[in-house]
Amino acid sequence: MFEIVAFYLFSILTIFMFGITVFTNNALYALSSLAAGMIFISAFFFLLNADFLGIVQIVVYTGAVIALYAFGMMFFDSMSEVKEKIQNPGLVFLFSGLAALITVVAFLSPIVSNNIISEYAIHPEYGNTQDVGVVLFTKFLVPFEIAAVMLLVAMIGGIILAGKKMDVSYSELSEDEIDALESSNEKDSK
Amino acid sequence: MSLNEYLILSSLLFCLGLIGVIRRKNLLMLFFSTEIMLNAVNIGLAAVSHFHQDLTGQMFAFFIIAIAASEVAVGLGLLILLYKRKNSINLDTLQNMEG
Repeated sequence: MFEIVAFYLFSILTIFMFGITVFTNNALYALSSLAAGMIFISAFFFLLNADFLGIVQIVVYTGAVIALYAFGMMFFDSMSEVKEKIQNPGLVFLFSGLAALITVVAFLSPIVSNNIISEYAIHPEYGNTQDVGVVLFTKFLVPFEIAAVMLLVAMIGGIILAGKKMDVSYSELSEDEIDALESSNEKDSK
Repeated sequence: MSLNEYLILSSLLFCLGLIGVIRRKNLLMLFFSTEIMLNAVNIGLAAVSHFHQDLTGQMFAFFIIAIAASEVAVGLGLLILLYKRKNSINLDTLQNMEG
């Protein structure tokens, strides 16, 4: 009973929050509702006995990813209106068909997947965190290390991309100096 | 609760993210929609992992989270670079590649 109530409550909340994220025109509302939706998704992981995944969802998504987006949004005028015009309706039809296909597959897959044998079975006596640790550091050690290297490369790449021409601080310049700098930048870009 | 409900929820959220990727021309919204799609897949993987009593689904969810984190780092760097160049985050300004 508790599980059913929790599932439907968090389903409605998550769909509502992500709906706001997708359809709003205000970037700040989109960011806040995305953070809320991520927190609500962690509830499903707790319902599914994936405790460690739920904690990682809260820490990584709401702690790191959303904070990174919030910092990134300070670098540009995120409130500016973007003119949104669909130029290619055929592509929209193609993707709607793809979405319908995904829904059908999601309906059918539990029927098809009845004969799956489990490879790394869950041990209820271990507890989720210990179980995850055992499998992650024995069977999935090489992908784990590759993911670590990938994160390092992405971090350095992000810093290099975002940090270009950051040696000039606008807050220490006077208005005239900023105008002169921006007009010379426009000449460069042309 | 059965596997069906979780998979239906997962596909609903995935379609919501897909709508965002198709419709929005705001690059920031595009990144948010990608995050929604990755999260929807994570729910499906965790549900399969629970109902088949197998840890592989959760492992894949962890690696998807790692990929999402690195996507944010690189994507945000590119977004800031685009904004410095073109002074806009409209996807249509990306269409010409004259440098």
